Order: sequence, then C-alpha cells, then structure tokens
Amino acid sequence: MEDGNVNDMSGIDQGVAVTGTKMKARGVDVFYGDNHAIKEVDVDIADKTVTAFIGPSGCGKSTFLRVLNRMNDTIDICRVEGDVTLEGEDIYDPKVDPVQLRAKVGMVFQKPNPFPKSIFDNVAYGPRIHGLSRNKSDLEEIVEKSLRRAALWDEVKDRLNAPGTGLSGGQQQRLCIARAVATSPEVLLMDEPCSALDPIATAQVEELIDELRSRFSVVIVTHSMQQAARVSQKTAFFHLGNLVEFDDTDTIFTNPSDPRTESYITGRIG
Amino acid sequence: MLWILLALIFLGLLGYVLGRQRAVASASGDVRELHSLPNYYGLNVTLLTLVPALLVLGLWLIVQPIIVERTVAGQIPASFMEQVENPTLLMTEVRRLAGGIETAIERGFLNVEDAANLASDTDIRAQLAEAGVALGADVSTEVLAAAQDFRAMNATGATWMLIVVFALAFAGLAYSYVRTHKDLRARNRVEYAILSILMIASTLAILTTVGIVLSMLWDTRNFFQLYPWQDFFFGLEWRPSFEGGSELGLIPLLWGTLYISLIALLVAVPIGLFAAIYMAEYATKRVRSVAKPLIEVLAGIPTIVYGLFALITVGPMLRDYFAQPLGLGDSSSSVMTAGIVMGIMLIPFVSSLSDDIINSVPQTLRDGSYGLGATQSETVKQVILPAALPGIVGAVLLAASRAIGETMIVVLGAGAAARLDLNPFEAMTTVTVKIVGQLTGDTDFSSPEALVAFALGLTLFVITLGLNIFALYIVRKYREQYD
Ligand SMILES: Nc1ncnc2c1ncn2[C@@H]1O[C@H](COP(=O)(O)OP(=O)(O)OP(=O)(O)O)[C@@H](O)[C@H]1O
Ligand SMILES: [Mg+2]
Repeated sequence: MEDGNVNDMSGIDQGVAVTGTKMKARGVDVFYGDNHAIKEVDVDIADKTVTAFIGPSGCGKSTFLRVLNRMNDTIDICRVEGDVTLEGEDIYDPKVDPVQLRAKVGMVFQKPNPFPKSIFDNVAYGPRIHGLSRNKSDLEEIVEKSLRRAALWDEVKDRLNAPGTGLSGGQQQRLCIARAVATSPEVLLMDEPCSALDPIATAQVEELIDELRSRFSVVIVTHSMQQAARVSQKTAFFHLGNLVEFDDTDTIFTNPSDPRTESYITGRIG
Repeated sequence: MLWILLALIFLGLLGYVLGRQRAVASASGDVRELHSLPNYYGLNVTLLTLVPALLVLGLWLIVQPIIVERTVAGQIPASFMEQVENPTLLMTEVRRLAGGIETAIERGFLNVEDAANLASDTDIRAQLAEAGVALGADVSTEVLAAAQDFRAMNATGATWMLIVVFALAFAGLAYSYVRTHKDLRARNRVEYAILSILMIASTLAILTTVGIVLSMLWDTRNFFQLYPWQDFFFGLEWRPSFEGGSELGLIPLLWGTLYISLIALLVAVPIGLFAAIYMAEYATKRVRSVAKPLIEVLAGIPTIVYGLFALITVGPMLRDYFAQPLGLGDSSSSVMTAGIVMGIMLIPFVSSLSDDIINSVPQTLRDGSYGLGATQSETVKQVILPAALPGIVGAVLLAASRAIGETMIVVLGAGAAARLDLNPFEAMTTVTVKIVGQLTGDTDFSSPEALVAFALGLTLFVITLGLNIFALYIVRKYREQYD
C-alpha cells in the first residue's frame, strides 16, 4: 500500500455503479428487554459495495450489524421486529436456518477473538465445517490465500502451527478477518475491524476491504470519519437508535441534509 | 489454665489502654501529631504483651509432658523394667496413678502431706477407689515412686511456667509501654506482627502435612524391617494371618483400586461432562435453575448411603440380570457394582466443576464461531471443549483422586476379598478397605499385619500426589498453548 492517499479523501474511487441490492432492511426495531435500541430503520445494502455505519457510541451500530446475520439470536433478552431480506428472502423466516445464513453473511467482531487453536486451524475452521475444500492441499491453499488477503501471511507463514492467541492484538484482528474471508461469505460484516490496529495495518485492512468489494458486499462499523470516507461508497449515520441519514458517502460528507449528521461529522456531537 | 488465659487477656487490654493513653499524651493531646492512629499504639503494646507469652505458653504445654515422661521413665530402675511384661504399659500406669492421686487431693480424700507420704504397703488401690479413681492393678513400690516423681516434676514445671509466662507478659508490656512515643512507627510494627501471624498460620498448615507424611514414613519403615519390600510391592497374594506367615502383596489391592476407579470414571466422566455441556450451553435459564441444584444434591449424599444403595439395589440387580445370565459368576458384590455406584457419586463432582469451567470460556469465542456459521454442537466440540480442556482434565483427575480414596462404597459394593481377576462381576477390594481392615479390632502395632496399613497409606498418598502433579502439568502445558 502506498500511503500517499491514505489521508486524502478526494483520491478515493467513489463512482462505482451500484449493481443491485443484496440485503434490504425495512422497519427494523430491536429491543433489549425494555430498551428500544433500534427504531424503525430502513437500510439497503448494495451488492459489491462498502457500506459504512457511523454514529456516536451506544447508538446501535453493532446491534444493527448483528441484525443482518441474526447474531442477536444468541442474546436471550434481544427481540428483533421488521423485515430483513437477503436476495429477496426473509432471513427471519422460521424456515431459514440461522447457521446457513451466517455462513453467507460472515462477521468480524469489535474485539479480536481467535480460537484457542493454531493459526492454521483458526483460518481453516470455516472451510472445514462448510466442506469448502476437497483435500488437504486445497485447504492449505485457501488458508494461504485468506492470510495473504488479510495482510498477515508474511508475518505468520513460518509458524502456522503456533497458537492464534499468541499473536499481537492487531495480528489477532487480521487473523479474525482472514478467518471470516476464508469462509467466502457473500456479505462481510465488520464491527470496528481497525480499532486495535496501527496505521500501517489499518491501511492494509482498508486495502483488503477495497479488494473484497469486487466480490462481496462489505458493511463496516467505524468511529473514524476518515476511514468511512476512504473505504465506503454508502454511509449510514445512526443516532440514538434512529437512522438519521443514509446516502452516498460523498453526499453525507460534503452535503449532509440533516443538521445532526453535519454536527457529528464536524465533531460537534458524539 | 483458664485463669491464666484470662489474666493474660486482661494484661493485653490494660496494655492497649495504657499504650494509647501514653501515645496521645506524648503528642500533648493532638492526635494529628502522632505517626500512626492512636489505636495502633495500643495494639502494639497488646501484641508485645500477648504474643511472646502465648507462644511460650503453648510451647511449654507441648514440651513439658515429653520431658517429664522421659525423665521419669529414665529413673525407673532397669532391674524392675526387666520384670515387667509390657514396658510400654508401665508409663501408662504411672500416669494413671499420678492422675489418681491428684484427683483424690482435689476431691478432698487425701491431703497434700498424706499424698506425699503414701507408701506402697498401704492399700493405695482401695484408698483411691474410695475417691472414685479406679486403678487396674496393685501398686508396686517402683511405680509409686515414679508416680510421685511425675507429680513433683509436673508441679515444679507448672510453677515455672507461670513465672516465665507472666514475666514475659509483664516485660513485653513494660518494654513497649516505655517505648511508646509519638514518633514510634506503631502502624508498621502492627502490620509486621500481623504478617508474622499469617505466616505462622501457613507454616503450621504445611508442617501438619509434613508431620502426617513423616509419621507414616516412620511406621512404613518399621513395616519394611519386618517384611521384605519386594514381597510387598510385587506380591500377587494378600493373605494376612495374625499367627504369622502372612502374605501381604500390594498388587491385588492396587488392581482392585484401579479397576474400580476406572469403571467409576467411565461412568462419571461422560455423564458428568455431557450434563455440564447441556447445562452450560443448551439449557434455558428455567431448566438450569431447577436441574443444577438437583444434580448437586447427589454430592451431598453421604457415601455410606451410596454404599447401601450398592449393597441392596445395584449389586443384586447386576447379579440377576447380567452376571448370572452371562455366566460370569453369582456374587452380588462386584467391581462393577462398586464402580457404577462410585461413578454416580462422582457425577456431580465432574459436572459442576466442568460447568464452571465451560461457563468461564469467553462469550466472544462462541460468537466468533457462530459468526462463521458453525452450529452449536460444532462450536462446543471444536471451540469450547478445547478451550476448557485443561480445566476439565483437572476436574477428572480430581475425581480420580476421590475414587481412589473412597472406602465405604467399596466395602458394601465390592466386598473385602482381595483378588486379582479380570472379571468385573467378581468381588474384589481396594487399598483403603484393607487399611481399615488391618487396623480394626485388636491390633498389635509391632506386627507386620498392622504396620502394613501405613505402607498402604503411604502408597495411596504417593499415587494421589502423582495424579495431582500430573494434573498440574497438563493444565500448565495447555495454558501456555492457549492464552
Ligand atoms: N447484550 C446487550 N444487552 C442489553 N443491552 C445491550 C446489549 N448490547 C447492546 N445493548 C444496548 O443497546 C444499545 C446499542 O448498543 P450497541 O452495542 O449497538 O452500540 P454501538 O453503536 O455499537 O456502540 P459502540 O460504538 O460503543 O460500539 C446500547 O444502549 C446498549 O446499552
Ligand atoms: Mg459497537
């Protein structure tokens, strides 16, 4: 990665033609017990596009992200209402198997959470349970490719059998990204993937996200306005559980229609 | 005894009040001038008054009887010793007589001078019986002399003890009182004293363990002087007979122990572990809140009750439905019976330990696995169990230690016949049962048949110690790998 344009918002290719809608959320409400965390949110996740969720802490970004692959099912007190579709199919339909759904809509979490296994086994976890490889060399290839895409290969290629938990925090986060990529999801949800990374690794991950866009939809939660501007084509701004504004990233950052968006971007709220 | 303690405590309280007053006075009433809070000055005096005195008191109470007994025993003429059948009983007799005379004086049947002038030609036995003290045999001159010595030495000892203890208490009180001054670092001193008390407590705990091992070592050594160690460790027969010529081979007992423990673990580990997985990963809150206490009730049942269950229910059932139809014997006490019942006893042990361990696996790991599209059982098998493995191994080894040490269930479930056999429907027995067996009834602690109990005990100790060390090793090894 040449760092020349990392901080330069105008250098980003934002004029990509949108190729259709991958996921569609309509009138989504999320409750944690009595706490109404997400209020009537409508969002379209376009195919082969990076969508950024921004907003102040506690506004419901992670919660909404988890709606998209039904990770909220694992929280007892959480209740989701509204329609969410993946390629026209309601993902909250009782017929849908959440396990299958999560294989298609993968997730990287806010905190790195490598399994207590070797680096290789961490990355091979998804391909193994979903039977994505025909033989061992196939699997090795998938692991190598995923680690390369997560910009981790050079650092770990000599110690693939060392435990994943022995890596540094930033390396662990990239390992988790490699692990998610290895499953070849159609949509990749990333919850603040760079919050534990140094600027160089951040740049590498951003490059990866840009590259992933050619094949998946990516949804990324971030607290960095620059990052949202650099990597995304669409941006959604959440505030207190409401979706305040959802538009092309350019528009949000240059010409927001809601005063709250403008104050947040310019640093007056949040 | 009681009044000594009360007096010491009074001195301690007095020291507290005095020390505190003196400290405050030395700062001319301004508490802010003091190095430490006023309480610390008081406590400092109290501690210096009490601790040395109490330590010496405790030590004295332990050491004095030993010394007195040694001296008295040394003074009994050797010619008399030779006539006595049982020299070890002689000292008991002396102690009884001395105690009897004291009691008689206390109850007013003898006055002190009479007691000192007791002669063996008067009927001491009758005299003491009048005072309500029963003696076993007539008193000989030598025993009487020894008993009088014993009394005299004890009396002197007690007097000196009083003098020394109170001298120490007063010295401590005076010293620390004089030293009390507003610049004295009373807080640090009290802190140091508390540290020492804590250290003494932990040292005592360790010393007790060492003492237990040493006492067993001693008797084990005596045993091996009477019985060759090769025959003990490699002997295939267990046939103790108190007329001599016993065979005391460890192997059949060890075999029984390990066989029964193995069956117990085969029952307890899968059931306990699966129950724990269900409780931790699948059960809803409602089920959990009912089922978990129910499982844990099993842990509260005394082992003798399990033993009865083995004897009355499980044993006959196994015999009627398995052993006899299969032609494997017709004994209702069997390795299988004891093993199964012991396994049931260990289920809550394994399950509640494993449950805690599984629950402590961080939720983020589960999320990570679900987020990649893994099912619940894939997550359990590939992420949670590996992460919890060291803890689970620890739990299993702990359960194994308990199985090896269990006695009651074995007596009632597997019987007491030492046998070396593969058939799990045969009666066998374990090391612990035989330890009990060798020590109940009339035991003569100079015969190998009784002393073997210590060798058996030590062997068990070494085995469980080895298991625990192994458990620690496993846990540490996986720790390094995983966090
Ligand atoms: N597991 C949970 N149980 C109960 N309430 C929750 C839970 N997770 C989130 N919440 C609540 O939902 C609201 C939104 O939380 P969420 O985690 O989505 O915020 P966020 O936008 O991701 O914040 P951050 O930027 O700090 O990560 C908060 O009020 C939070 O307290
Ligand atoms: Mg969040």
